[in-house]
Amino acid sequence: MLDTIFFYLFALLTLLGAVLTITRRSAVHSAISLIVSLVGVAGLFLLQRAEFLFAVQIVLYIGGIMLLFLFVIMLVNLDRAERERQFSKAWWLALACVVGVGAEIAYFLTKGPAAFQFPPGAASPGVASAAAGGNVERLADALFSEYLLPFEMASLLLLVAVVGSVILAKKRI
Amino acid sequence: MLHPITPAHYLILSAALLLIGTLGVLSRRNIIIILMSIELILNAVNINLITFSRLFDQVNGQVFAIFVITVAVAEAAVGLGILLAMFRNKETVQADEIDLLKW
Repeated sequence: MLDTIFFYLFALLTLLGAVLTITRRSAVHSAISLIVSLVGVAGLFLLQRAEFLFAVQIVLYIGGIMLLFLFVIMLVNLDRAERERQFSKAWWLALACVVGVGAEIAYFLTKGPAAFQFPPGAASPGVASAAAGGNVERLADALFSEYLLPFEMASLLLLVAVVGSVILAKKRI
Repeated sequence: MLHPITPAHYLILSAALLLIGTLGVLSRRNIIIILMSIELILNAVNINLITFSRLFDQVNGQVFAIFVITVAVAEAAVGLGILLAMFRNKETVQADEIDLLKW
């Protein structure tokens, strides 16, 4: 009951924020709408019992990425961009593509729950879920055993991204 | 009156978010807002991953969501660095005015 109310609340936040993000004229308004949308997504993570990702979403997305966006909006002069046309000339083509994909998804949804049936083997508990404990413990178990190599490569990727963005944003390359 | 929430609800929401993000990427002119729409798309993917992680009671989906967030951070950092360099050279943030490679 409470879950249902909270789901619709967070879903409303997510979709409303997303629609405002792509329709606002001012980039700052878009960024703030995107923050609202990301808060909604974080709430959905919490409803799905993914507490660690809820914290990561708040700290990393809203605290990190959106701060980066807001700083860049301040660094770039957007006065001219705000006075001009906001949508590209081929917006109807974009809308047609999205409506097409939406119709495709809706077709599968009208097939009802049968579209969401999975083979019985798919739901067998994996190695990671065999270990008892809370969400964070299970996640750490999987991340530091099964996914250790991708985890280390992710840190390397972040290092490369930091160095790359510093070099790209320098005055003289 | 209030139905219990099933994974299908989350999947429909995720599909809607994906479509909104795609519409933003395809139709907006401002590159900053295009990058924000890409974040929306990645969030839709994350909702999907978490939903299936819950459905199958495995944490693999959440691990992948963490990697998706990592890639999103790297993409935002590099994308905004490119945007700054491009604004310095061409004094514009409109995607259709950066047409050096256009025939």
